[in-house]
This record gives sequence, structure tokens and C-alpha cells, in this order.
Amino acid sequence: MIRLAGVALPVAGALLASALVLLAVGIDPVDYYAIVLQRGLLTSRGVTESAIRSAPLMLLAASLMVSFSAGLWNLGGDGQFLLAAVAVSAICPPLDARAGPWLALPIGVAVALGAGAGWAALPAFLKAWRGVNEIVTTLMMSFLGASLANALIKLAFRDPGTTVPQTRILPVADRLPRLFGGTVHAGVPLAVGVLIAVHLTLAHTAWGFRLRTLGASPRAARHAGIDVPRTTFAALLVSGALAGLAGGVDILGVWGGVRADWNPGFGLSVVALVCLARLNGWVVAGLVAVFSVLSVGGESATIRLGVPSSFSLVFVALLLLFLAVPEILARARR
Amino acid sequence: MAASPTPLVELRQVGKRFPGVLANDAIDLALYPGEVHALLGENGAGKSTLLSMLAGLLRPDSGEIWLNGSAVALDSPAAARAHGIGAVPQHSSLIPTLTAAENLLLGEGRGLRRPDRQAAAARFSALCDQFGVAIDPGRLAGSLSLGEQQLTEILRALHGSRVLVLDEPTSMLTPDGAKILLAILRRATADGAAVLFITHKLDEALAVAARVTVLRHGRVAGRFGQGDERELVLEAMFGRAAESMRPGPLPPAPSHKGRGSDVLTMHVPVALSIGAGEIVGIAGIDGNGQTELAEMLAGQRAATGSIMLDGRDIAGLDVAARHRRGLRYVTDDRLGEGTVGAFPIALNLLLKRIGDAPFWRHGIARKAAMTAHADTTIAANDIRAPGAWTRVGNLSGGNVQKLVLARELEGAPRFVIYNKPTHGLDAATQAAIRRRVAAQAEGGVACLLISPDLDELLLLCDRIFVMRDGRLLGPLANDGDTRRAAAALMAG
Repeated sequence: MIRLAGVALPVAGALLASALVLLAVGIDPVDYYAIVLQRGLLTSRGVTESAIRSAPLMLLAASLMVSFSAGLWNLGGDGQFLLAAVAVSAICPPLDARAGPWLALPIGVAVALGAGAGWAALPAFLKAWRGVNEIVTTLMMSFLGASLANALIKLAFRDPGTTVPQTRILPVADRLPRLFGGTVHAGVPLAVGVLIAVHLTLAHTAWGFRLRTLGASPRAARHAGIDVPRTTFAALLVSGALAGLAGGVDILGVWGGVRADWNPGFGLSVVALVCLARLNGWVVAGLVAVFSVLSVGGESATIRLGVPSSFSLVFVALLLLFLAVPEILARARR
Repeated sequence: MAASPTPLVELRQVGKRFPGVLANDAIDLALYPGEVHALLGENGAGKSTLLSMLAGLLRPDSGEIWLNGSAVALDSPAAARAHGIGAVPQHSSLIPTLTAAENLLLGEGRGLRRPDRQAAAARFSALCDQFGVAIDPGRLAGSLSLGEQQLTEILRALHGSRVLVLDEPTSMLTPDGAKILLAILRRATADGAAVLFITHKLDEALAVAARVTVLRHGRVAGRFGQGDERELVLEAMFGRAAESMRPGPLPPAPSHKGRGSDVLTMHVPVALSIGAGEIVGIAGIDGNGQTELAEMLAGQRAATGSIMLDGRDIAGLDVAARHRRGLRYVTDDRLGEGTVGAFPIALNLLLKRIGDAPFWRHGIARKAAMTAHADTTIAANDIRAPGAWTRVGNLSGGNVQKLVLARELEGAPRFVIYNKPTHGLDAATQAAIRRRVAAQAEGGVACLLISPDLDELLLLCDRIFVMRDGRLLGPLANDGDTRRAAAALMAG
């Protein structure tokens, strides 16, 4: 009961407070939420869009679950995501042209995992063997990664056939297979599967138990004979790989390539959701679904009501704020 | 001694109980204006509890504290200060990012009024002049040396107080700093203040104080003046010889050796060998390198030199490999290090065997096997808990310790390090744990018992080392006259 309230209360609070913000800027919150619900969930187009949107979010959430379980804050998800997206965009279209999608797609997935892990490797090494705070390094590497991604698009992998700086684009027919003849791509069930697999791994395997022990008490982990540096390194690397996979899936499933200055900035919104879910994979999946609907529906509402498109970030910020409330209540209970 | 009829502070039958421990039992103590009074005792004797009650941090469960002839309630640090009691805890409580003078203002002032920094600096300088200390009031507390921080704290405590309570004040001071401290105390007492000087060092107590009160196991074990014999004071501190719980010493058959460790706290190489069935004790005041030694043996801390277990060098092995070879470490920090409070009993029992069959198969947890194992262990070790999946954080200290012991002694231990195994537990649990240690040794296990409790060591050990400043002194054979020798080595 308390756990359920711990999730429902902040969500309700954030929705309510968002409504007050809307009122304050002269927009009827009932209208707004009606449009959000309509366009995000109740039309076939809306529900499809929301499902597609949820794929990278689920993978980023899985990435954070791995690092948070080990007590590590990988806040570099955005950089890992973008670099993986660019790496996939650089390799897959030419490979596809020569060898076809059955080779290009699996290699694309592998490249995405590798690029994400690669960009997490330096902070992981510094944390594991030098004790450098990973919050700072992953965040810094995230900014560097976003800039590097842009530079790579403009300088190295630019498609010479376009005026806008962008990579070559994977043809629509060669992207991840569509399901049921619609627009939902195979990356969506893949993402859900990965999230569940991560949850089960953390909850029921020896490796997951080592991570959780490290997260709960590094001293106890050392005492128990867990190789703390290696486990730390592995956790951050896996976390980076999953963030990279999120970028790869978004490219292979939706966009086909990357334009310069593209940065959806999913990473930090997901941090709030994973914290709120207390690392429980099922709750994470539910929250990501809710957030996907809110952000897809919110984009439609932007056009209809003139609310800035970044309003879904206001919701996330309020969610973080209300997240603190059950924490305080739980503390008072003790 | 300028003892006037009314004491400045008087403790009457003051007692304080913590779960399972009687920290202070009916303590009577009077401080007179103009005197330095030493409170002497080994670690865990109840000295710091007494300080906390005078500082308003803890409230006595029984008895009364009298100030200037009337009973008072010191229910907050502010109340204690308002009554003119200035207390200096053992570890610095200065805010490192504030200046020395600004630290003087902590706990003063009300509401949002801006503190007057200039007045504080002036007051700090005046205090420095008054007591002959040279510290720049504008320096950040964090940039002061530990000794200067200690003197700053003492000045802060002296500011507006009639009673000064100092907990191990010389532990952070250089010999010169100690001289300055003595000068400060002389001036303060000349002005009619009273000082309670808490220490575990006998010579220091006799040097600074006209009167010495010895605490032992939370009770007043003796009161002494300057003319009294050192030997008598030592006996009050450490008690008379007790019967040994163990039969005569076994012939030494070295199975374990730690040598050449030169990590920071170890000033000289440590050489140690323990035979099968032997219990070797390490006595000493906390923080003299005992835990570092234990951690090096267990593999948790880097060490150089060789460590032989059953004739094989294990110095290159990690914690898990040493554990598998039969080296077990019962840590002194059972909740912070030995267990994970958020995890259930079943998982905590397997913390050192993660991934092993039959509890994991192909890396996947088998809950039934874990539950069965935990149920058996809980029953066999008399762990009082609702079930295998109860969080360890909800257990009492004694039950957590039983869990830790059960885990470490499972399988075939060859050498067990016990670090303060009975610390903070009730008498019945302590006795049970001691019986267990003795039984293990009877079964041929080599034991290293680290304890600040000399009685415990005399009860169980064949030989006793004393650890001081990272040095291993001794060994002393446990044959009757060990107590005095060990006590003398411990107190320095």
C-alpha cells in the first residue's frame, strides 16, 4: 500500500500542480489534459506514437536501473544515446546498401551497444579504480558526447547529397521490421523485453545480487569479497551499453539517420521516473508508458493550445519535486 | 585544592542505560571551583556517556545533576551552555568552512539576525590573549591544524562557562600543544572554573589533576588523590585477575603468520604466528591499528610481506579466496560492514558465497534452497527472528552478531579473526559468544581475538599481545600476572 502510494502520490501531485501552472498562464487544464489523453492514448495514431516513443525511454530506464542498483549514477545517458545514434547512422546505411538489412540491423544493434559502453568506459574506469565521482564525470562526458556527435555529423559522416547537415539515411523499408503492418517497429517489444530482462537479472541472479550489495553498502561488498572495482566498472559499462542501445533502436526503428543538433534529451527525464519507481522494473515500465503518453499528447496540445512544447519537462520537474514528499513521509514514520 | 563547601557541579546517583548495556550506574561525582578533576577509564567504561549528559546531549535515566546547589535539567546543548557548562567532544565539531571566530558564534543568536562577525573576531582575540593562545581569528577552521582546532574548541567551550568538560583533549595535541592546554587550564581554574578532564591515560590523569575518579564498566571503581600509588589506580581501571576459561596453553604449532606489513598505521613490521587450537588475543585501546591489522589479514586492505595459512602463502589472494581457504573475519562493524540491513537474513547469510551452488544454479537464485539454509541456520544458532526473509535491519544487535558468527563459522574454518565480537551486547549473549569462540578453538581452529576488554582476553586467550600506535607489543603468556603487564602496556 505504502509503495503504491509512493508512486501514485507524486504522479497525482505533479499532474495537479501542472494544472495550476496551466491555469496561471491562462490555459484551461481540463482542455489540455483532454487533448493529451485524446492524442496520446485514445486515437490509434496516438497510441502508436506513444508506443514508439516509449522504446528509447524503456531502454534508458533499463540503463539507469543497472547503475542505480549498484549505487552508481550514470547521468551520461544522453551522450551515450547520441553517440550510439551517430555511430549507427554512420555504419548502417552504407552497410545496408551493400549487404542488405539482415546484416545491417544486427550489426547496428551491436554498434549501438558498443558505442554506448565505449562512451561510459572512461567515467567507469575513473570511478572504479581512481574513485572519481561518476556523477560529475558522466554528466561532463554527456555534454562532450553531444558535441562530438554533432562534430562527427558535420565533419565525418555528413551525407554529401543534402544541404542540411545530416548523416545518410537508412531506407524506410530496411529499418527494424514493423509489427502487424502498422508503424510500431520491433524495437518496442525489444525494449520492453530488455527492461524485463534487466529487472529479472537484478532481482534473481548472482550478478544482480552483487550489484545490489554494492549499491546497498560498498563496505559490506568489500567485506563479502566482491571485487568492487570490477563490479563498478561492469555496471557502468552495461548501463552505457543500454543507453547506447536506446539511441540505436531510435535510429534503426524511427529516424534512419541523425540530423545535426538533434538531441531529444530523454536521459534526464527518465532519471526521475526510475527514482520514483524505486528501481522496480514493472513500475518503471508503467511510468514510462504514462510519460510517453504525456509527452506525445503534450506535443499535440502544444499546437492546439499554444503551450510550449517543453511543458512536459515542467511535469517531470514537478514530479521530481513531489518525489521528495513520500521520502519525507517515510522518514517521519520511522 | 580550593574545595569550597558547595561544588560547582554535582552528579548524584546518575545512571544511563542503553539497550543491553548499563553505560553509567549510579555515578556520584562533585566538581569544585578551581580544580581539575580527571575521569579515568578504559574504552567503553562510560566516560563519553557521562560527558554527553553534562553537555545536554543525553538525559540521565536516573539520578540528578546539581549546579551551584540546585538540581537542573540539562535537556539540550543550549541548556547546558546556559548553565555555564562548556563541553569539548573527542572529535572536532567545528565547521571547517567558517573562520575560527565565526565558530564561536555557533549556537548563539536567534532568528534571522545577522551574526556580528567583527564582534566575534574581537571576542576571539580577547580569549586568545586571556589564555595565551596564538590563533588568527580570521582563519578558516578547516585550515587549522588538528591541535589548533582542538584549542579553538576549548576556547569556544571556555567562553562564558564556569565548568569545562574535556574528552581526551590531548589526543590531537602535540607536546607543545599539550603544554598550552595545561596553561589554559591553570588560568581557567585560577579564575574559579572547574575542569573535568576525561582520559584513558593514567600518567596524564595524575599529571593534570589533583583528584582522579576511575570508571570501570559504568561504575565508579575508585577515587584517588595525588599521593596514591599508581598500581592501585591501575587495578581499579582494569580489575583484579580473573579465572581463565581455557585450559593450559597448547604447544605452539604455527599455522598462520602475518609479517612485514608496512601500511600507514603499522610503524614496524608485525610478526605473529598462531597455532591450531590456540587463541591469541590483541588488547589495546580502540584505534591503535587493530582493525587495520584484521583487514590486512582478511584481504580487505593492501599489505606487504607474507601471510601463511596452513603452510601456504595467501598474501596474494583476495577476500573470497582467503574465505574459501578457511580464513574467516568477524568484523567489529556488524551492521555497517558485516551485513546489509536492507537485505533479508537468507541473503545476508550467503553474502560471502554469492553464486555458489546450491543457492544459485547457472547464476540464477534458488529461493527454496536459500530459505531452507536460512531456516536451518536460524534454528541452529538461536537467532530470534520471524523468518528467513526478515530484513536484518530489524534484528537486535545480538541477533545480528549471531547471524554474522553463523556465517563465518559455517563450513571448515581454519583461522578466525574476531574483532570485538561481544562489543555492545548484553551479558548473556556475550557469554554465549565467548563459549562459541572457546569451543571453536577446542576443535582445532586458530583464533585471533581483538578486544578492548582485558577481562575477555584473560578469560579466553593463551597469549596476549598489546597493540599501541600500530605496534604489536608482547606477547604475554596468560598465566596469572598478565593483567598488570597488559594494562601497563595499554595505558602507556
